[in-house]
Amino acid sequence: MLGNFIGVLFDGVAYGSLLFIISIGLSVTMGLMNFVNLAHGAFAMVGGYACVVVMTRLGVPFLASLPIAFVAAAAAGIVLERSLYRRLYRATHLDQVLFSIGLVFMSIAATTYFFGPQQQPVQLPEFLRGQVHVLGLDLGTYRLFLIAVVIIITVALTWLIERTRFGAEIRASVDNQQASAGLGINVYRVFSLTFALGSGLAGLGGGLGIDVLGLDPTFPLKYMVYFLLVVAVGGAGTIKGPLFAALILGIFDVAGKYYVPQVGAFVIYVAMVVLLIVFPHGLAGRRT
Amino acid sequence: MSALPTQRWSKLEIGFWLIPMVAFFVFPKYLTLGSQILIAALFALSLDLILGYARIISLGHAAFFGIGAYTAGLLAKYGWGEPISGLVAAAAVATLTGLVTSFLVVRGQDLTRLMVTLGIGLMFYEIANQASWLTGGVDGLSGVEMKKLFGVFSFGLDGRTAYLYSLAVLFVVFCFARTLVRSPFGLSLRGIREGERRMPAIGASVPRKLIAVYTVGAGIAGVAGALLAQTTQFVGIDSLGFPRSAELMIMLILGGTGYLYGALLGAALFMLLQDYLSNLNPVYWQFWLGLLLVLIVLFARGGLMGGFIALRRRFARGRS
Repeated sequence: MLGNFIGVLFDGVAYGSLLFIISIGLSVTMGLMNFVNLAHGAFAMVGGYACVVVMTRLGVPFLASLPIAFVAAAAAGIVLERSLYRRLYRATHLDQVLFSIGLVFMSIAATTYFFGPQQQPVQLPEFLRGQVHVLGLDLGTYRLFLIAVVIIITVALTWLIERTRFGAEIRASVDNQQASAGLGINVYRVFSLTFALGSGLAGLGGGLGIDVLGLDPTFPLKYMVYFLLVVAVGGAGTIKGPLFAALILGIFDVAGKYYVPQVGAFVIYVAMVVLLIVFPHGLAGRRT
Repeated sequence: MSALPTQRWSKLEIGFWLIPMVAFFVFPKYLTLGSQILIAALFALSLDLILGYARIISLGHAAFFGIGAYTAGLLAKYGWGEPISGLVAAAAVATLTGLVTSFLVVRGQDLTRLMVTLGIGLMFYEIANQASWLTGGVDGLSGVEMKKLFGVFSFGLDGRTAYLYSLAVLFVVFCFARTLVRSPFGLSLRGIREGERRMPAIGASVPRKLIAVYTVGAGIAGVAGALLAQTTQFVGIDSLGFPRSAELMIMLILGGTGYLYGALLGAALFMLLQDYLSNLNPVYWQFWLGLLLVLIVLFARGGLMGGFIALRRRFARGRS
């Protein structure tokens, strides 16, 4: 029973870590530019499909395909940011919502056109399959790997945000865009790069997540709520907040599906509404 | 700012309402599509009240559509097949649900509202999905048997009854909505849309008005859902889903928000486009839909009505 519980907790943490990698970019988009981007999951999907394509068609090993996923999604991010997103920074939230829903629909149809509606398979390398025994518990190797990757990324991101000049520019721009621009920070360039970084991380998460979340054309729509929820509960524009929120969400979701499968995803939706009601300003948080 | 609205009908409006009447005689083979358009128009109208007039961004408006559809469908399935009372019952259930959830929705700002409405929509979808013993789950609710309208007109395959019934309901509800938005209440909604922070200063309670309009919008969406259930004698679980809410928003944006007629025009254009494009290729219809949305947001924010009004203004200026 207890072992069971720890197993669920472990799976939840792994799942939550994945949600964190994918959502962190969204947190920055919302925090920095106050842009409601419902299409964030599409970048994760780009990464996922990039992984699958280079693995099955070019025979690239799984680990080597992950950086490719990052680059592909980041490239998609920077192109879309320069061409389309940028025009809508000053638009109303309604326009941003409509625009990004439009992108979601287009990405779903385009993916169906090129890859078909079916789930994409992923061949994990031998050393990431199976289980390892730790203190009498059976833990999935791949999930341990996920957690390790997320720890590395979190440390790297924290370093980037808190110790580098670029990080200082991001923080300044989130706090006060006008004052930062006045101090000579090129806010738009900061945002382009941050958008690319966020999209890239989402793509990496998409690649890592094929085994856990699955990958089919409806991916951006299926997990949209989860990404939004991470940002909503965690608060936009920080690292710690979304990390915390993603872990809680992951644990709740896995535990809910394990212990009360008959209510399904209902638990998450209730949790979402309740949290939003209790913290109605948790979302915009720092800027009103 | 334009002059205060009156309750009088202009010639243009009367002419507009003649179109569906004429269509009934001109296109007798397309009456099924016609009633789908009328129902979509009613649904879009309900969103226009809360989005166009009160600026509440709702991503879960299909919840009320679905609740209305299931209420009417279930009533008819279990023996109460009389259409009008079924419609009233569906409206009542949807209105009540709208009232209860509105308290959650009016708190917070755009982002919070958007996610709360999304969450509420998903919750109802999940409930319908899990309670498959009642709703039929993903297979949908079949076995809906409607009695004759007024005991005389049966819902036959030719779709004549369904079309006229939908048209009559749409017209009645439209008159109600039209009166509502031109009343002092409607004007105060417009005030909230244009300056939410200033409204309390003239003694208007913003949350109370938002709750009222959200509830009314939910009720009308319920009527639309009930109409669909009654005329097609089937309720699919997709009537509650997020794509339906998104499509609804597209219809409204296509037509233009905040005019009521924009909702009707947008729904008609959307349904015709959908019929045409998804006949060409049903899978990729979504792509064109998305592209349309992106283009509208980038280049044509007013929608059909916005373009129409700009055109008329230019025309009037040219004459004077």
